[in-house]
Amino acid sequence: MSLSTHNLSVGYHDKAIVKDVSLIIPDGKIVALLGPNGCGKSTLLKAMSRILSPMEGEIHWQGKNLLTEPSRYLATQLALLPQTQPIPEGIKVKDLVAYGRSPYTGFWGRLTTDDNKVIQDAMDKVGVAELAEQLVSELSGGQRQRVWLAMTLAQDTPYLLLDEPTTYMDLSHQVELMELFKTLNDAGKTIVTVLHDINQAARYCDHLIVMKDGEIITQGEPETVLTKDMLKSVFSLNAQIHQDPIAKTPMCVVE
Amino acid sequence: MRTLFVSFSLFSLLAFLVVLSLSFGAVSLSISEILSGFTPDSEFYFTIHEYRFPRAVLAVLVGAMMALSGALVQGVIRNPLASPDVLGVSQGAGLAAVVLMTLFPSVSIFWLPWAALAGGISAALLLWALCGAHSSAIKLAITGVAMAALYSSAVDFLMLTRPLEINNALLWLTGSLWGRGWDQVFMILPWLVLLPLAFWLAKRMNLISLGDEVATSLGVSIPVTRLSALAIAVGLTASCVAICGPIGFLGLIAPHLARRLVGGRHQILLPCSMVVGMVILLLADLLARTINPPIELPAGIMTAIIGAPYFLWLLLKTR
Repeated sequence: MSLSTHNLSVGYHDKAIVKDVSLIIPDGKIVALLGPNGCGKSTLLKAMSRILSPMEGEIHWQGKNLLTEPSRYLATQLALLPQTQPIPEGIKVKDLVAYGRSPYTGFWGRLTTDDNKVIQDAMDKVGVAELAEQLVSELSGGQRQRVWLAMTLAQDTPYLLLDEPTTYMDLSHQVELMELFKTLNDAGKTIVTVLHDINQAARYCDHLIVMKDGEIITQGEPETVLTKDMLKSVFSLNAQIHQDPIAKTPMCVVE
Repeated sequence: MRTLFVSFSLFSLLAFLVVLSLSFGAVSLSISEILSGFTPDSEFYFTIHEYRFPRAVLAVLVGAMMALSGALVQGVIRNPLASPDVLGVSQGAGLAAVVLMTLFPSVSIFWLPWAALAGGISAALLLWALCGAHSSAIKLAITGVAMAALYSSAVDFLMLTRPLEINNALLWLTGSLWGRGWDQVFMILPWLVLLPLAFWLAKRMNLISLGDEVATSLGVSIPVTRLSALAIAVGLTASCVAICGPIGFLGLIAPHLARRLVGGRHQILLPCSMVVGMVILLLADLLARTINPPIELPAGIMTAIIGAPYFLWLLLKTR
């Protein structure tokens, strides 16, 4: 158990969005956080990446309280890709991806040959290498999302926390991204991602965590989590569960 | 490669403008006359060594400091239209100076820079007290602009109710290098200690531009970085305004122009902004002195005359 929460309550302006959640993220898996809008899945992700401080309870990394660990060390362990990012002015794609190396570089940010290799590798993986010399501000939303993902990969952390990474992407890039998760996962990375598409989550993720009103309703493998009753009680949906004819994973079809 | 070319061009332009500044004025001097002006027994010693040279040095220092301050504020506020003016520092300094000139006309002019400095720093402290360390960048900017408007209207009130002292106050408020010499250069020198501190923040300023969430995830403390950068910007602005008055537009256009020349990486952007700031203020002061000698226009008006069309051109170009 690398990343875990213990009776965690967290939110904004003294209002708890995530309430008394105790959770162990399974190591080495692709984990999806699911739930209706406002259920607290993004808030939970932000707390695990130190953006929000717990109101009550604790978050542990390798058994130690996240708040007392050095932030530079944690930056080499946990990387976050938020839902939206500002568009930096006058920054080229390769510069933005290079910023992912900052936990490893000195005060002036000088890159070593190894750093440059990691940066090139990250750009190759998400297919933005040919955009390297372009300005980030001149890219389309989907391209920009992939560039940000490359920056997160350049951070080279064992854990990746992603908040709706498929937003702005066309379907083929969404599929590519989910396949990339598999590759990264095979290389040993744990991926925790907020997703909206339940079928996408069931097909590509190993472990689903379903939240509603700031609490965890159920979690486990897609086969056990994805049920008619869960979809009814959590998403207020009347749906049937069928087997995906290709991947043999469960998928829901709304009635 | 591009960076090298830009640096070379900027430094050449800077050197050229320094020579022009020393050469032109009420009396035009040749290169050999300028060089002889640095020896005490020369007939041009006063013109060069006591008048034009310290003024050029001051233009270089103030131009660099105001531009650096602007680059830091734009980086922290994450908006290229921000400038030190959004912190209300210049206006706070202006108010303190006008209060001294209108309400205490008997006080020696010696205290004017100190009053302005105290006014500028007080304005920054008040802004910090109002916003706190954890407020968002946009809240800081809006509060700062509101405070700046308040200080400006207080200045207007004072000048309208005490029309006798209005001329001095107006002259000071437009920002000028007129009548400044070695004393002012030595007053501003200690503040140069802020320059290495600003460069030390360069890497973190880059990460701040990625948003609070990504920056935190990359191990940067947002409150600490933001406070350090703004404190440095306040020190730079307040010391410059105290000596030259509020020179408008400089902190806005210099970093803006630099960003277009060399991009947004602060390791290059910060030094480039400084050189652009030097060039703009030298040019503004040179024009202000030579358009209609011996009458001088304030350099602050010239920076606005250069700055406003630049912005219009920029707006038209980005459409």
